[in-house]
Amino acid sequence: MAIKIALPKGRLLRKTAALLQKADWGLDEYHSNMGFYRPKSQKFPEILIRVFHEKDIPVQIAMGNYDLGICCLDWIEELLSKYPSSDLVKVKELLYGEGVLYMAATSPLAELLQNRSLVRIASEYPNLAERFALKNRLSRFSVFPLWGAAEVYPPENADIALLSAKAGADLDSYNMAPVSRVLDFSAFLIANRRSWESKNLGNVVTSICDMLPKNGEKGHSKERVIQPRTLMSHFMKETGRNMVRLALPDGHQQQPTIDLLNKAGIEMNDYPSDTGNRRPKINIEGVSVKVIRPQDMPLQVANGNFDLAVTGRDWLAEHLNQFPSSPVKELLDLGFGRVRLVAVVSRELAVDDTNGLRQYIDESGEPLRVASEYVNIADRYARDNHLGHYRVIPTWGATEAFLPEDADLLVENTETGRTLARHNLKIIDTLFESTACLIGGTGRVNSVKGKRVKYIIEKLRTAVQGA
Amino acid sequence: MKVQRCKGMRDLTPGEMAAFRLVEGICRDCCSRWGYQEVRTPTIEYLYLFTSAGTLTPGRLGKVYSFLDWDGWSGERVVLRPDGTIPVARLYIENLEDRGLARLFYATNIFIFEEEGEKTRERWQCGAELIGAGSAMADTELIALSLEVLKTLGLKGVELRLSHAGLIKTLLEKLGLSPEEQHRLFDQILDGDAEALNRINQKKPELENTLLPLLGMKGQSPGFLKNQRALLAQSMPEIGPYLDDFLQTVALLETLGLSYQIDIASGADFEYYTGMIFQLFIGGEKIGGGGRYDALISSMGGGDVPASGFALYLDRLMNLVKPEVFVKTVPERVLVRVKDAGAMKEAFEVADGLRKAGYIAELDLGEQEPDAFRWVIEVKGEAVPLSLWDGVSSRRVEVPAITEVLKLLEGEGGDKDSPA
Repeated sequence: MAIKIALPKGRLLRKTAALLQKADWGLDEYHSNMGFYRPKSQKFPEILIRVFHEKDIPVQIAMGNYDLGICCLDWIEELLSKYPSSDLVKVKELLYGEGVLYMAATSPLAELLQNRSLVRIASEYPNLAERFALKNRLSRFSVFPLWGAAEVYPPENADIALLSAKAGADLDSYNMAPVSRVLDFSAFLIANRRSWESKNLGNVVTSICDMLPKNGEKGHSKERVIQPRTLMSHFMKETGRNMVRLALPDGHQQQPTIDLLNKAGIEMNDYPSDTGNRRPKINIEGVSVKVIRPQDMPLQVANGNFDLAVTGRDWLAEHLNQFPSSPVKELLDLGFGRVRLVAVVSRELAVDDTNGLRQYIDESGEPLRVASEYVNIADRYARDNHLGHYRVIPTWGATEAFLPEDADLLVENTETGRTLARHNLKIIDTLFESTACLIGGTGRVNSVKGKRVKYIIEKLRTAVQGA
Repeated sequence: MKVQRCKGMRDLTPGEMAAFRLVEGICRDCCSRWGYQEVRTPTIEYLYLFTSAGTLTPGRLGKVYSFLDWDGWSGERVVLRPDGTIPVARLYIENLEDRGLARLFYATNIFIFEEEGEKTRERWQCGAELIGAGSAMADTELIALSLEVLKTLGLKGVELRLSHAGLIKTLLEKLGLSPEEQHRLFDQILDGDAEALNRINQKKPELENTLLPLLGMKGQSPGFLKNQRALLAQSMPEIGPYLDDFLQTVALLETLGLSYQIDIASGADFEYYTGMIFQLFIGGEKIGGGGRYDALISSMGGGDVPASGFALYLDRLMNLVKPEVFVKTVPERVLVRVKDAGAMKEAFEVADGLRKAGYIAELDLGEQEPDAFRWVIEVKGEAVPLSLWDGVSSRRVEVPAITEVLKLLEGEGGDKDSPA
């Protein structure tokens, strides 16, 4: 059987490409502008290569979809800390892509623990965050799993954040300091356990390992973890009880968001920001703004960290599918960013609807692999449609490239359907239509704040209606 | 597609379930007779109930089934009950604290994520908690009760090992370690890491002559503890109260004629113990244990209430119990067969009469193997409506009424439950 290997996009792409170049792999399409995700190697024409979001790679290896993969140790440990019996072997440290996972805060940990009965931890690494909390005997803690931008959460929206950096000094720019050095990581070559035990991966592994520096020293210097002084106390002052806290999206929803705000007569300073500023100023008194991932907003609003947030109905639905009792609701349809959430299969599959899908499952005898960024919507869809024995594979973007080899069904969003068509996929069902929306909590707020919230909603409503 | 049970989970078949119920029933009977009242706590609890220092060891916390439930938007996790004692302590604080003394027992499942395929992840245990009493007599009551259960189950070769958490902690303080290292070593000892002490040994050879032999000490009489007390009175006065406390319990066990082994460094899995710790073994396999946990209830926001308790591992006990112990208690099974469709009502009545008299009566649905039954009654609905077949003597007797059947069964010594 052909060897299958998963290569990373993102932060490791350049150095991984350089390593494989040095190893004479002759990859045809493995660079930052690639359109497709299946490069070919001249040296190993028989192996199947697929490019993934780095975070997806340990999962793909553990599931046995791929024999070998390259990704950083932080994502490997994130998987293993929750699922220690995963079928994943750490083959070789690759001596590049070094970084450190820090638990960081704006004030010393002891101070935090003293003043709070509940410690809020924000992180893209929720499993490692939980392990940290248990190991350090935090008696009561909440972990906010994030899609990104963990650095912007403390001190108002989280007490500590587990995040990666090149070095502790990098946290300075976020006005944070490390309270604990949780994990030193670098890129690793990993393998599926069964593949490692039964398949001959020797040539591929050797070609990579031969290119590594001989007496490779790790780049990590031991630095002392310095407890942060109480930093940025003015943030705290900003969050008075009357202050309305508004979350605006980062990424490609920024332009339509600012257009709508401007139309409503709301002016922003430094949004979208060229310098990555996530705390822009707004021209309404008593309102503070943070820029975070739209995926993370419903959970944040539910927890009272924000009063208003501009996100997508898809992400609100995803949140409410996981936590039906969550105190968050849609306040206003903002109309832009229209997408459909659809169920998608490969064109090569003789399935045209959910009936056909059920029949396909009955005949195949294997569990159906459902890949989606929307894990809970996908789970609900599979449940509601009686898709029998199925597994939901969480993905972090570029899900369309999972079909047909690494999944049988996708639950994906699509604007025009063109990307899906380009990947030889077909839509067999539409779940719902999603647009950007303004969300808020279902609880009561005090009257001053309530008036401010209403003012913003009305301004936006007028702008939407005039659109 | 073949549907299989979850990895690490166990089915109990009818035969296994009979053994399970027997063991559970004897635990329940014994506990009830000593004045313990049964309680039941929920399967799901908040994770933070178990995370505070002084509850579960990190080794155990690393194996809890924790997850976000439907209210998990707050980021707070819940767990499948990983331990029996802590939820009962919570139940006491929430519902019974005004009572003062409470003798409580439970039979429950606990969940531990074990990686090795052989080990089950859902385990059953029967436990007793004596809350509100802090004396050597209370400790001895629990030990005696647990031994009584094992005796009633007909189990032989029970080994009782004793230790004392206060003693271990004080000795560890003397090792000159940082508080964090002490904590870790205590946890390692409790997690059953026998090598933990040896590793310290290598690091600090100067301790070899004094403290480590104490942690490793073993003995079988109060005299042993008294000797240690005499030896340590000068060099380690702070250990005195713990040794005295331990001595009192040991002396009482001695008075009752119960045999035991003192093994200070024996593991016990739980960080909440503060005083005497005891463990029960049969043939080298641990089948239960318990101890004193005087600080647990106050650390969970309750009053300053002393408490101790134990748990017996039902999964292990049911494998050790000899079949003859419970074979006698099963009533005779009788198969009731309808010969004529018109006699359906009579058949149900005959079965009902048998059950009321303490027999197991099964209606013949055409699938049963009559050989599995000694007695088969045919219901014909004629002049002589019943015929009784005795599989042992291969005789058939025509009988007019159920009362006659019962007489015949009684005469043949058919085992039955005593009628309610």
